[in-house]
Amino acid sequence: MSTTHKLQIVFWLLLLGFLAWDFNTSDPVNVRNEPPLVAAGSGQASSGGHCSMAQ
Amino acid sequence: MKRLPLALVLSAFFIFLALEVSIRQAVLMLVGVGMGAALAGARFGFTTGWRQLIEQRDPQGVTGQVLLLALASLAALPLLGQFSELQAALGPPSVSLLVGAFVFGLTMQIADGCGSGSLYKAGLGVPLNMGILPLFALGSFLGSVHLDFWLSLGQIAPVSLSQEFGSSGALGVTLALLAVLMLAVRWWVGTGRTWVDKRWLWGAVALAVLATLNLLLAGQPWGVVYGLGLWAAKVAVATGSFDPTVSAFWSQAGNAQRLTQTVFMDVTTITNIGILGGALWVSATASSSGKALTTQQWAIGLAAGFVMGYSSRLAFGCNIGAMLSGISTGSLHGWLWLPLAFAGTLIGVRVRRHFQF
Repeated sequence: MSTTHKLQIVFWLLLLGFLAWDFNTSDPVNVRNEPPLVAAGSGQASSGGHCSMAQ
Repeated sequence: MKRLPLALVLSAFFIFLALEVSIRQAVLMLVGVGMGAALAGARFGFTTGWRQLIEQRDPQGVTGQVLLLALASLAALPLLGQFSELQAALGPPSVSLLVGAFVFGLTMQIADGCGSGSLYKAGLGVPLNMGILPLFALGSFLGSVHLDFWLSLGQIAPVSLSQEFGSSGALGVTLALLAVLMLAVRWWVGTGRTWVDKRWLWGAVALAVLATLNLLLAGQPWGVVYGLGLWAAKVAVATGSFDPTVSAFWSQAGNAQRLTQTVFMDVTTITNIGILGGALWVSATASSSGKALTTQQWAIGLAAGFVMGYSSRLAFGCNIGAMLSGISTGSLHGWLWLPLAFAGTLIGVRVRRHFQF
């Protein structure tokens, strides 16, 4: 196994570990309050975070 | 990883998101997979396109990027006028933006990848970009913590071309500015050049379609930087090294709420994960081998990745969040970002050459 492949495994394990840790320690998701599949035309304004936001 | 097991993993992740988070996030993950596959499959690198224009007077990459901007604008600006739920990528013209864009353009050449470039190359398994990604996230987080200081140096309110000129007027202004850009490129490269390459062409079309899907589904344009900064912020909060209540940025209601939610609910996070997955999909059949780097090159590359993350937060986005999403949704900040980042790149390519990357 090459060094690059070993690095790849470490990278993905760290990422998956972070995502699993985050999901288990964050507030539970209220699936009954999920947003509509398509925001356009839904009547609900978008409220997600974006890079262009100053605040 | 082979494609069949990877397809099973992505399918399982899709089902998990649909059942445990929301169907919208599950579908957005697939959009992200498409973005990653398009970026990696077409090797649609913003950084490479600019470098080829400067060093070889090769306009093919920039032509692909301008086509992407034009197609995305043709879709996004009318949609924003039609649906009030959709948000444009409006960043404030500011000292922060000018400094951030310049430094970002410089460092992305050293790191050999912008925000999306670092993501897809990490997904492809390029060692430097895998190392850069966590440092980019850390830099982006620190930039967000310091953002109020940078904004205190001078800013005006975000300017929307749609609000100034209406949707049709904004589209006309955007396409006219893109035409001027191509004339400047034509002047720089001279005659007898090949302008269109199939790889850049299909990449531009695919990315424009996927960026439009992102806007329609999520209600906001495609972004990369916010999600990465959020990841580092969550780790900082969990380790007790950061108190979000004393941060002007992270104490804002929306940001504070996202710190308590799983990152799977964040739009930019979910497309970032998709991009990594899509690039990994492409890597199953494409070689990602690059030349081995020296210790000095590793150190400089990683430092550049950290500064790139920091500056992308100051610049209100990278090539995706500020340039593509800003320009295609009629934000003046995208048009300020572009020349400043290109000016930084003019220095960055020289630094890159100096260290023999």
